[in-house]
Amino acid sequence: MARTAKTRKTPAKSQQQGGPSDDPDFALHSLQEAFEKAKTYDASEDEMMAFYRQMLLIRRFEERAGQLYGLGLIGGFCHLYIGQEAVAIGLQSALDNDKDSVITGYRDHGHMLAYGIDPKVIMAELTGRQAGISKGKGGSMHMFSTEHKFYGGHGIVGAQVALGGGLALAHKYNEDGGLCLAYFGDGAANQGQVYETFNMASLWKLPIVFVIENNQYAMGTSTARSSAETEFHRRGTAFRIPGMDVNGMDVLEVRAAAEVAFKHVREGKGPVLMELNTYRYRGHSMSDPAKYRTREEVQDVREHKDPIEGLKKVLVEKGKSEDDLKAIDKEIRKIVSEAADFSENSPEPEAGELYTDVLVEEY
Amino acid sequence: MAIELKMPALSPTMEEGTIAKWLVKEGDTVSSGDILAEIETDKATMEFESIDEGTVGKILVPEGTENVKVGTVIAMLAGEGEDASEVEAPAEAATSDEEDQQPDSPATAGDQEKSGDEKEAIAPGKPKSEPKSDPAIPDGTNMATVTVREALRDAMAEEMRRDERVFVMGEEVAEYQGAYKVTQGLLDEFGPKRVIDTPITEYGFAGIGTGAAMGGLRPIVEFMTFNFAMQAIDHIVNSAAKTNYMSGGQMRCPVVFRGPNGAASRVGAQHSQNYGPWYASVPGLIVIAPYDSSDAKGLLKAAIRSEDPVVFLENELVYGRSFELPELDDHVLPIGKARIVREGSNVTIVSYSIGVGFALQAAEKLAEEGIDAEVIDLRTLRPLDSQTILESLAKTNRLVVAEEGWPTCSIASEVIAICMEEGFDHLDAPVLRVCNEDVPLPYAANLEKMALIDAPRIVEAVKKVCYV
Repeated sequence: MARTAKTRKTPAKSQQQGGPSDDPDFALHSLQEAFEKAKTYDASEDEMMAFYRQMLLIRRFEERAGQLYGLGLIGGFCHLYIGQEAVAIGLQSALDNDKDSVITGYRDHGHMLAYGIDPKVIMAELTGRQAGISKGKGGSMHMFSTEHKFYGGHGIVGAQVALGGGLALAHKYNEDGGLCLAYFGDGAANQGQVYETFNMASLWKLPIVFVIENNQYAMGTSTARSSAETEFHRRGTAFRIPGMDVNGMDVLEVRAAAEVAFKHVREGKGPVLMELNTYRYRGHSMSDPAKYRTREEVQDVREHKDPIEGLKKVLVEKGKSEDDLKAIDKEIRKIVSEAADFSENSPEPEAGELYTDVLVEEY
Repeated sequence: MAIELKMPALSPTMEEGTIAKWLVKEGDTVSSGDILAEIETDKATMEFESIDEGTVGKILVPEGTENVKVGTVIAMLAGEGEDASEVEAPAEAATSDEEDQQPDSPATAGDQEKSGDEKEAIAPGKPKSEPKSDPAIPDGTNMATVTVREALRDAMAEEMRRDERVFVMGEEVAEYQGAYKVTQGLLDEFGPKRVIDTPITEYGFAGIGTGAAMGGLRPIVEFMTFNFAMQAIDHIVNSAAKTNYMSGGQMRCPVVFRGPNGAASRVGAQHSQNYGPWYASVPGLIVIAPYDSSDAKGLLKAAIRSEDPVVFLENELVYGRSFELPELDDHVLPIGKARIVREGSNVTIVSYSIGVGFALQAAEKLAEEGIDAEVIDLRTLRPLDSQTILESLAKTNRLVVAEEGWPTCSIASEVIAICMEEGFDHLDAPVLRVCNEDVPLPYAANLEKMALIDAPRIVEAVKKVCYV
């Protein structure tokens, strides 16, 4: 892109010492350009099968969660990830799990399953049982696995972005080579603290990848009705954060984009903002009457852009038989059924748990 | 195996609904996402979509049926390889009339659980822990005279030397040496990695500090004043305080939020507020509000070492005051323990932060008039040391709370409640509170003076409870 030559303002003292605006080679589009050159990740057959399996696990798990909600076994809020599976799988498959951290909002089941966390303890958390990953005290929106460096599961829209900035600060402070992957939605993208975090993350060159999962609707408000700039990947421009515009319905494309973004961050060049264009098939939460979009719109995405069907097609073209894929489906259904049974049959937390974990120490 | 389609709960509170319309008929093939029926609740008409693939075998509840309980089997779906026409309805016929016969009905299941477990469901008493006492100061320890400002700085510096994970962040903490000079000299000793100037962006940097604590560091987040922390209170309350509980004890958040709190001098309503009661109402937080240099240092060191999130409330007007401080290698005081700063036998004055100074002045004045007042400095507002308050009350039988802050829903209100609930038999007079006037703090010098607590008002209240 051509840059307009204009007289620069007198730089402040810090810029004279090499502030971010002094980097003449900076290009907001450089990552997108690199990504455009090779948009499909060259996955091995095993990798593709693994992606297929993981996405299918999320899909079936979430369908079952929806059923359990309908039966009253899951209470409160329950936000399903159906339709968005390729985002978590494509991105998280590119992480270094020994070093990197992940944080997200309340639509968090898929991100946990992407880590390979036992579906049983996730489902048991949804049903509010002692065996749940948060001992039944967190619920759908508040799940964590510090063992996997998964830091939640946050219910306040946008809060996870600043917290992710803190995780990235810790990576940098400890010089552990890790990066933080911080997910948020197109709705959260309008929260002020997101931009406060963009500013500091870019200023301090924090190792963080901001991921906007643009599923087109913030609850029932479409991006067009809520956002002055609906090209969310451009939203980091004011902070000199390079943006990437990615088809979040194609797991191989997501993974290819992740490679480009993660490399940039790992080289110490500061944050990247990725917009993952995706779609949620279900309502915002389980109590969503979905009057803000048409049935046809949802069916159209399901029929033409579904991430699982898309990968299935690639696999079939590569010579996988329907039977091979059916066998996976059968296996996944079994895993999910076992998780559901476990979550229904596990005991509720002991009454004494009411008072535990409020504070760590005794005073 | 045939799949039972049950009446779904379409909202967290839905117990029954009307099947307005079936959009499929027996024998239709459906796939995941197809709408099967429209269901009316009292709030909305919702579409009931298929989760599974298969063929509609039997529709058990016809359209137009009202008051269909959630969980009732409304149709059967034949799976792959099954003959839809042979799908059997479940053994017990599922109609909406037979209330509560569905074993899977959540209402029923819930009720059964409740009746069965009612006794066990009553929570056991909340565990109580004894507050620890201050460590004894060894004989011959030199007492240095130090300002509160220096004591706070020294506490941070000592903890930063002791633990690499400790760092300070906030507005003007580094190059400017602190807006109130509390972080003076830290940048020189520890460098910009550990003494971090932030932009003016409280919500953002409070979140980053909280996230860094979740990631294993020990951040000290300085707010230039706690008035600006209102922009950041979501992270203090929702992110820092609740995470350990919500994660079942997995995810800790050892962060310290510190800065001046309460009224300064002539800065008007937006810069003059005591947030002690706000934070002290939140389970999961530790709230400390020291008065003198020794407590400021000993408690800040304890706060930095704590595994829990701490709100550490200082006071600008006290920063420059000098107090004696024991010169010890490691002066750490217990969190959660009040201190009797003046012993007395006739009446107890409970206070904290700058109020302690007024309470001590009042006690001197009262002594001249023959009233021997005991003064308690709460030091920690959460957990509150009710034991020390109640023991003093048992001795003096009269109590006044002095608080530089609004009276409504105050720490004073809490202390009064404790005295009523647990010390009623010891009371010879109603407990009184001396707080600021219940108005936004005015700018005009005369009005500001009228609005804030002072020693004469405490004296007056003490005389009232002593009936003199």
